[in-house]
Amino acid sequence: MVAASVGVLALQGDVREHVAVLTGLGAEVIAVRTEQQLAAVAGLVIPGGESTTIARLLETSGMRALLGERLRDGLPVLGTCAGLILLSRSIVDGRDDQWSFATIDVDVRRNGFGRQIASFETTVDVDGVGEVPGVFIRAPKIESWSESVTVLATHDHGTGPTPVLVRQGAAWGCSFHPELTNNSAIHELFLATI
Amino acid sequence: MTLSSDSSVVGSARVKRGLADMLRGGVIMDVVNPEQAKVAEDAGAVAVMALERVPSDIRRDGGVARMSDPQMIQEIQATVTIPVMAKARIGHFAEAQILQALDVDYIDESEVLTPADEENHIDKWGFTVPFVCGATNLGEALRRIGEGACLIRSKGEAGTGNVVEAVRHLRTINAQMRRLASADEAELYRLAKDLQAPLPLVLEVAQTGALPVPMFCAGGISTPADASLVMQLGAQAVFVGSGIFKSEDPERMARAIVEATTHFQDAAVVAKVSTGLGAAMRGAEVATLEQRLAERGW
Repeated sequence: MVAASVGVLALQGDVREHVAVLTGLGAEVIAVRTEQQLAAVAGLVIPGGESTTIARLLETSGMRALLGERLRDGLPVLGTCAGLILLSRSIVDGRDDQWSFATIDVDVRRNGFGRQIASFETTVDVDGVGEVPGVFIRAPKIESWSESVTVLATHDHGTGPTPVLVRQGAAWGCSFHPELTNNSAIHELFLATI
Repeated sequence: MTLSSDSSVVGSARVKRGLADMLRGGVIMDVVNPEQAKVAEDAGAVAVMALERVPSDIRRDGGVARMSDPQMIQEIQATVTIPVMAKARIGHFAEAQILQALDVDYIDESEVLTPADEENHIDKWGFTVPFVCGATNLGEALRRIGEGACLIRSKGEAGTGNVVEAVRHLRTINAQMRRLASADEAELYRLAKDLQAPLPLVLEVAQTGALPVPMFCAGGISTPADASLVMQLGAQAVFVGSGIFKSEDPERMARAIVEATTHFQDAAVVAKVSTGLGAAMRGAEVATLEQRLAERGW
C-alpha cells in the first residue's frame, strides 16, 4: 500500500514487533541504526523501550541532530511509549538531564500509570477506528497538552480521562503498545499519512 | 490476572512478557548501591539488578547468599527511572512475595543466590510481577516457562568474567530448538520426554522455532566483544554482573558494552568502543571453580 520506505528506529526496544506489523501492511521497512539510513526513510517509528537508553544511543550514533532536523521538517513519525516520551515537549519524573525533541506539545510523566506491577491491558476507543486493544507497560501519562494537539483516544484509569493517542501535524504519539497486539489499525492510520 | 474497576487487567502474560520485549537490545547491569545504579543509568542501561554483592564477591566470600535488604532496593528505586530488578533464591517464594510487595519491576529467581528448595522452583503464575529465570538447555528453559517465567536468560557461569559457559548454553538452546523445528511430528513426544519439558511448549517451539518468551544472556560477559558475540549467537539482550564494576574504568566499560550490544552487527563500532578501555575484570578459568552456580536449579 506504500512505496516509500518506513524506518523503525532500531537502537533498543521492541523493534521487531513494529517491523512485523509494518511489513504485514505491505510497507518497505528499514531498521534504522545510522544517519545514512535515517536520511533515506520517508517516515519513522520510534518503538517502545527505555527512553533514557534510546536517547543516549541517539547521541552516540550521531543521529540526534539529524533526527531533530527531520522532525522539524515534518517527517511523519509515530512514537509508542518511549517513543512518545522522546517526541514530547517536556518530561515529568524523568532524569534531571533528560531531553526530548519537543515535536508534540504534550507534557508526559514517565511511568505515570505506575511501575511494572501496575502495567495493564484494556480496550481503547480510537476516533474514526473504534475499539483497539491497549497494552500499557510502565506507560507514560500525558498530563497536559496544547490546543494544537488532536486527542484521538483517552483512557480513564480512575483519575479522569487522559489522552493516550495524540496527533500534531505529521507526528503521532501513543502511550500504549499497538505493536504488541494483532490489531494494526493505528499503524494503518500512520502509514496512510506518509 | 486481576480485573480492576475500570475493566483493565494487570499481571497478564502479555504485560509481563511485554516488559521483557521492551528491554530487548539493551544491557541490564548488576549494581550494589545507588551510586552504581546512577552510573548504569547514565551509561544507557535498560534496567538494573539490585543486589548486595556482585557474583564474583559472592564466590569469594562464600556463605549463604540471600535476597537483598529492602532498604537498599528502595534506595536504588528512588535513584533511577529505569526498571529495577532484584533476585530471590530458587524456590524461596516468600522472598519473591517481599520483592513484589516492594514493587520491583522483575524478579530474578537466581542460581547466583543459595537455593532454598532443591526440588521445586517458585510457582510464578500466582505473581503479578514478572520473573526471569536462568537455563543451561532447552528443557530447563521450558520447565521454567511452564512454571510461569516470562523471560529466560542463558545462565553462563556468573562471577567468572569468562564467557565460555554462556556460549555453551546459548548454542545448546539454539541447537535443541533447531532439532525440534526439524523433527517429525511423531518424534516430538519422545523429544519432550528427553528434554523433560512440558509437551505443549515443545509443540509450540517446534512450530515457531523460537522460545515463547524472550531469551537474554547472562554469566561471564565482561567486554564489548563478549556482548557482540552473544548477541550474534541469538541473545536478545545481555545481563552484565561483575563485568562492569570489577573493571578498571566502570563508567567507560558500561557505556562501551551498551553501544556494542546495540551495534553488535557492526564490528567497526565494536572496535571503536573497545579501544583504550582499560582492563576488564580479571576473571577465572571455569575448570578451576569449586562451585558451579549453573548447576543450581532443576
